[in-house]
This record gives sequence, C-alpha cells and structure tokens, in this order.
Amino acid sequence: MIEHFLVGFALLLGLFGGYLIASSRWQGKRSERPEDVRRILLPFTGTEISRRAVDAALRLARAESGTLMPAYLAAVPKQLPLDCAIPAEAAKAMPMLEAIEQRAAAQGVPVDSRIERGRSYRHALARLLEHETFDRVVVSATATGAAGFSGDDLVWLLDKAPAEVLILRPGPSDEARLTASRA
Amino acid sequence: MDRGHYKIFLGMAAGVGKTYRMLQEGHAEAAAGRDVAIGYLEPHKRRETSDQARGLEVVPRRSVPYREVTAEEMNLPALLARRPELALIDELAHSNPPGLEHGKRYEDIADVLAAGIDVFSTVNVQHLESLNDRVAELTGVTVRETVPDSVLATADEVVLIDLTPEALIARLRAGKIYPGENIQAALDNFFRIENLAALREVSLRQVAEDVESKRLTLHQAEQVGTREERVAEEVPKAVGERLLALIRPQPSSQRLVRRAWRSAQRLGTDLDLLWVKPPGKPIEGEVERQVTALRRLASVLGATLLIEEHDDVVAAVARVVRERGSTYIMGGESLPARGLARLRTPLPQKLMRATPPGVDVRIVAHRGLKDGES
Repeated sequence: MIEHFLVGFALLLGLFGGYLIASSRWQGKRSERPEDVRRILLPFTGTEISRRAVDAALRLARAESGTLMPAYLAAVPKQLPLDCAIPAEAAKAMPMLEAIEQRAAAQGVPVDSRIERGRSYRHALARLLEHETFDRVVVSATATGAAGFSGDDLVWLLDKAPAEVLILRPGPSDEARLTASRA
Repeated sequence: MDRGHYKIFLGMAAGVGKTYRMLQEGHAEAAAGRDVAIGYLEPHKRRETSDQARGLEVVPRRSVPYREVTAEEMNLPALLARRPELALIDELAHSNPPGLEHGKRYEDIADVLAAGIDVFSTVNVQHLESLNDRVAELTGVTVRETVPDSVLATADEVVLIDLTPEALIARLRAGKIYPGENIQAALDNFFRIENLAALREVSLRQVAEDVESKRLTLHQAEQVGTREERVAEEVPKAVGERLLALIRPQPSSQRLVRRAWRSAQRLGTDLDLLWVKPPGKPIEGEVERQVTALRRLASVLGATLLIEEHDDVVAAVARVVRERGSTYIMGGESLPARGLARLRTPLPQKLMRATPPGVDVRIVAHRGLKDGES
C-alpha cells in the first residue's frame, strides 16, 4: 500500500516538474518570438496631433492586428550637424509619444515609436522612408498649414511612400487635437 | 601673489543689463574707496550705459590694424601697468584680432587676475561652449565667439542678470538695445518670445548648476592645488550622477529609454543604454531593426548605446556600472515568472547585490493605461 502511494507520489512529482520545465521554456520562447506584423506609420510634427488621425491609425492597426509607429519629425537647424543630439526637440516629442502610447494602450494596440531628424519635416520623413518599412501611412492634411502636412508635402508623400497612404481631409473635428497635456 | 577676485555677470541675451549692472557695482566699489578702472567697455551706443560709465576712469584702448580697418581693443599692457584694484572688462567672449597677446579676451582677463587685480566681466549664455549647440537648436542662431565652460567655473561669483522675455522685448521696442532701424529685424529673428524664454531657462539652469558645484566644492576644504584644479577635477566627481538603462531590442524599450532620458535630464546626468546580448546570437531580422531604432534614438537624445555580449546579465551590468561610474540603474518590468523561474531571485535584487554600494536600482512600471483614463 505504502509502495503504491510512493510510486504515485513520485509520478505526480515528475509530472509537476515536467510542467514547470516546459512552462519556463515556453516563457523563454514567448519573449523571443519575432514580431512579423503590419506597421502603420503616423508621422507628426510640433506639440499636437489631430486626434482624428491618431484614432484612424489606431482603428487600422487594431483591425489588422498591426503595430502603430508614431514618428516625430524634427527639423535640425542647418548650423548643426544632422546627426547631433536634439534635446529640445526630444523634449517636445516625448510627451506626445507618451500620449499616443497611452491612447494606443487603451485600445490594446502595440506601439513602436520613432524620432527622426532632417533639415526639414519632409527631409525627416524621407529619411524615415529610407530605413523603415511599413504597410500604411496615416497623415492629416491641414487647411491652415499651421500643423500637419501641406498639400505639396502630401503630393510628395503619395509619390515617394512605398506603402498605402491614408490622407485625412481637414474636418471640423480637427479642432480636437491630442496634446501632451491631455495625456 | 594672490589671484584677483573674479565676478561674471551672465545674461540670456544682449540688452538684459549686464554691462549696466557691472558699472553700477563698479561705482559702488569706487564709492567704498577702492581703486576702480574700466579696462574695456562696449556701450553699443546705448545712452543709459554710457551715462552709467561717467565718473569711472577708463584705461585708453589701443588701435590695432586688422585687414582694412582699425579695431579699438583693450590695452592689456596699459591696464597691467595702471594696476587698479578692480578692473571692469566687458564682453569676455570677444575674439582679439591677430597680433595681440592672446586670441581671446578671457585669456587677457586671466593675466589681469594673475596680476592680483580683481575683475568684473560680462558674457551671454550662448557664448558658453557646451551650450552653444543647445542654444543653436533652440533659437536657430549659432554664435561663433565661444568660451570654454571652465571660464565660468573659475569665476568666484557668477551673477545672473535676469529679465523676463516680455520686459526685454519692451526694452528692444523702446530703442534701448538697438537703433531704430534694426529693431524690427531683431524682433523677427533672435528676439522672439520663444527664443528668449528658452535662453532664460538655459541661463537659470546654468547658474543653478554653478551654485551647486561651488557649494559642493566648498566642502573639499582640505584639498591641495589651485582653485582651478579643484573645480575642474572634483566637480564632476562630486555632482556626477550617471544613469544606466537596461534595455532589450524590442519596442517597449523605447518607452524605458524615454523615461530614463527624462530622469537624466532632471538630474543633469549622462545616460547610458545597455543591452546584454546573449553570446553567439546574431543581430538580424527584427532584432537588428530594433537595435537600429534604439541606436538612432540614443543619437537623438545624446545617450550612449552599449551592447555587451555576455551570458550573465547581472555580471555584465555590474561590470558596466563600475566602468562607467553609473549611480542609477533603470530597468523595465519583467514578464510574470512562470514555472521554475518563480524560484529564481528577481533581477533587481541580484543587481543590488552585485553592484557597488550607493547605486540605486529603479524599475520602471509599465504604465499602459493611467488610472482614470478612458
């Protein structure tokens, strides 16, 4: 009787040990799994971004189980080297990227953000297009030219971007902007 | 011979009143019975400044032919021969024309101080070498006449002449800084509220750091050597925090880097980013993409990305902490432990044991959604 109990106990112990080892290995593999997902690029400048553009990009990312790639475009003054550190621009970008990440997290969308430098916003975008791959670009057109991308920029983007470009036309809800202070 | 006492009046831009204040203090010293002389004054055709200089002896300038013009420069030999107790020397960042004793006026001032003469001088913050790039980034204007930061560090006193951007612009509009025909150009270019606000912040920070470093240096009373050596060598050790962020080539690390950078900015420290790479694993595919993204982010932020190949994360981190002199370690949250991993000692505790005493370990929470947000 005692022998049967001991054998049974040993069997249970072995099974439990096997489970622990298997689960810890699975955990290791889980963290190393490469991400082969669709990427939605959301370029922006300045300290605010159209909430409509963010929401559109998030809807797309969620529908396609993709990753949102918000990219802050920074213009480096011509007196400075293009690859110099830009703490003042970075300080503007950080809260915006945090705000977008918060909004994305609320909808369960993964985020992989960027800050890109260039001599102008368009140049920064061109550099981003050169070394990153993505499936869609979401940009917000602007009627005022004060924020977002100008008509020329959008024509240029349609010509150059190796991805589908979704341009949101200016609308009344553009007044609702995502700013760092709201995050 | 004791070195003279050195006082610098620091401003965020032309027109804040550095020279005026220097002259005011010169008058006060003269009224107190001291022998005061103006070594060099640049009133920029400002009547208030010229009026303030009245009553103070001026050591005549010397004419120096340069290219096809004649420059009026400070006469260093004459000032040294005159030997006042206190010399007022405007614009320490000025570059001298070739042929004079030194290339820069701050070097002339060093001679005056070495002769035991006290010096009051002036400088704008954008002339400081380490801030030149930052100021250029903020304002789009690059200043060519720069001075090493050590010049400020060697001053016995640094006085910030502070003025709100609005007040400075009001002075400019009233014609108190530039003649009428130049006012609009100045308003359109350098003298914009956002530029001046940024410069003011840089100036305030600079003086705060200077005060902090001098306060700490005062505690090193038993030190030997000159004051210049003490400031140059001991301040980095005394106030030199260094932050090390432990990252992995994955998107969530970007957020950790941003948090670490913001902390580093608040502490005024340098930031290192460390990825301990498992040995033998090639950097390719998604990993390569993420490493490239982190490298670019590090470059934007002025941080240093380190990749150490090691099979023991704790040992590798401990070595880097010792080599780089890190005082803070920041890491992200680990995945919830499963299986046998539950029995292991958590990484932060291992790091606390393996790193030198005095190194803080901080875990950055995954703040996916703040409380109360929808």
